[in-house]
Amino acid sequence: MTYNLEIADLTKTFGDVHALSDVSLAVAPGERVALLGHNGAGKSTLMKIVLGLVPHDAGKVSVMGAVPGSTAARRSVAYLPENVAFHPALTGQEQIAYYLRLRGLPAAGATDLLARVGLADAARRRIGTYSKGMRQRVGLAQALIGAPGLLVLDEPTSGLDPVSRRDFYALLDGLAAEGASILLSSHALTEVEARTDRLVILSAGCVVTDGALADLRRQADLPVHLHVTARDGHREQLAAALPGARMNGTGVALSCAQRDKLGILARIAGLGDMVADIDVQPPSLEDIYSHFSRRDGQ
Amino acid sequence: MTRILATAAVEFRIALRNRWVAIAIAMMALFSVVLSAAGSAPTGALGADRLSVTVASLTSLAVYLVPLVALLMSFDGVAGEVERGTLPLLLTYPVTRSEVLAGKLLAHLGVLGLAVLVGYAIAAAAAIAVEPAAVQGLPALWRLMWSSALLGAAFLCLGYALSALARRPAGAAGLAIALWLVMIVLYDLGLLAAVVADGGGWFTTQVFPWLLLANPADAFRLFNLAASEATAAAAGIGGAANAIPAWQALTSVLAWPLLALALAVAAFRRVTP
Repeated sequence: MTYNLEIADLTKTFGDVHALSDVSLAVAPGERVALLGHNGAGKSTLMKIVLGLVPHDAGKVSVMGAVPGSTAARRSVAYLPENVAFHPALTGQEQIAYYLRLRGLPAAGATDLLARVGLADAARRRIGTYSKGMRQRVGLAQALIGAPGLLVLDEPTSGLDPVSRRDFYALLDGLAAEGASILLSSHALTEVEARTDRLVILSAGCVVTDGALADLRRQADLPVHLHVTARDGHREQLAAALPGARMNGTGVALSCAQRDKLGILARIAGLGDMVADIDVQPPSLEDIYSHFSRRDGQ
Repeated sequence: MTRILATAAVEFRIALRNRWVAIAIAMMALFSVVLSAAGSAPTGALGADRLSVTVASLTSLAVYLVPLVALLMSFDGVAGEVERGTLPLLLTYPVTRSEVLAGKLLAHLGVLGLAVLVGYAIAAAAAIAVEPAAVQGLPALWRLMWSSALLGAAFLCLGYALSALARRPAGAAGLAIALWLVMIVLYDLGLLAAVVADGGGWFTTQVFPWLLLANPADAFRLFNLAASEATAAAAGIGGAANAIPAWQALTSVLAWPLLALALAVAAFRRVTP
């Protein structure tokens, strides 16, 4: 299989700081991969190395089969930096027209690109008057130029409202469907879970896990929380019947490992009249994320 | 080439919106008007036409003003992009750093050229209006114009180099002012002091001409004064102009923009976004 982005044993140090240690990662055509991690986990550094902005110390990086930062690589890679900025004196239209010309495309395409990100009305206003969300959309518009093979997006949805976020992910889905690879970083697992194919969690410069959300759930094997509501007056009985349960306001709460879940549910069902309701809470995305990203005692 | 032109178009637009075009033109025009007014005294005794005398005065003006305007426009060239955070994105585009600098140079040189053109045209018009025979001095004015552009190019590139070295606009501005002071003001004062102390010895005859050629501003002045008939009307440095052939001064004026551009590109390459 050929990958649009292939990283093997990538290492980067800044002085004594190990920004990235033996990072390996591959993104196939049409695949959407989310890069997660705390501030300082190495997400932005990894992206800058992929873009050829920062040199790396060891390991191999291949972008569309070329060396990162080479002309061939830059021709087919789009980037959206974190907190993207533009010259305030230019209008959105002029800025996008400039980027189009740098990619050897006609400047007339700017209107269409800005319309795709919902900025048609503001295209002729100076970027200095834009809100953060609007600047972010200009950033998205320039990332869409010329059907890139690989999109590197550093926290692309920061500053966007929920509706814009949904539109943005819809745009990404379209690009991925056409065969583009997408590598995006985010702080929020809840946001990317349904919109990406794979999650890579970085912690202190190391890949701590890499897989689909279902795989991560399995790997983490975090306990499932159950809340059993008792029928009137049966709370003590219920607590006695379920070892390890703690009584609370309306019933009892208990936790169990994933593999014991069905057994426990069967037992609760067998308690018959004592039980009014059962609430099953699988580990939340935040729990899973914390589990992986805090391995190093952070 | 498309990428250089695209960059130049954007930079020119930014210069226009930042009022740099207006400021540069107004500055050159104002100084030219003042100079023309001050130089309107009778010049028959010098045996040169009025425009040639004006050109000699404009040369002294340009030596100060052209580098200053060039440095003011260019100090932000790289540092501004770093500060605004626009550089990383730009460098992920299929454009080389030399193309980016070439585009900026083209735009800023256009602004400077426009300012020089307007300023000198005002002075020339004033001279010819008073004395129609002054049209004889037009070749000298034309020479001053293109050599001013070359001088400007040299200082624009030096400004980019400082901008890339400083990486912060405030630091770059400080360096640019320091460079202007040293190269335009203190350099000549230092040379003058050395020549006076030397009293016509080895330094004055052997080293001094080369030191003059080594500074683009001095080379520019020498070239324009040596080529002009009205040298005597000009500054004290005119005396040296007779000792140095015009082609040597021209070589320096031509070589400096290239050297400075190479410096700027080398400094820009060291900037990690």
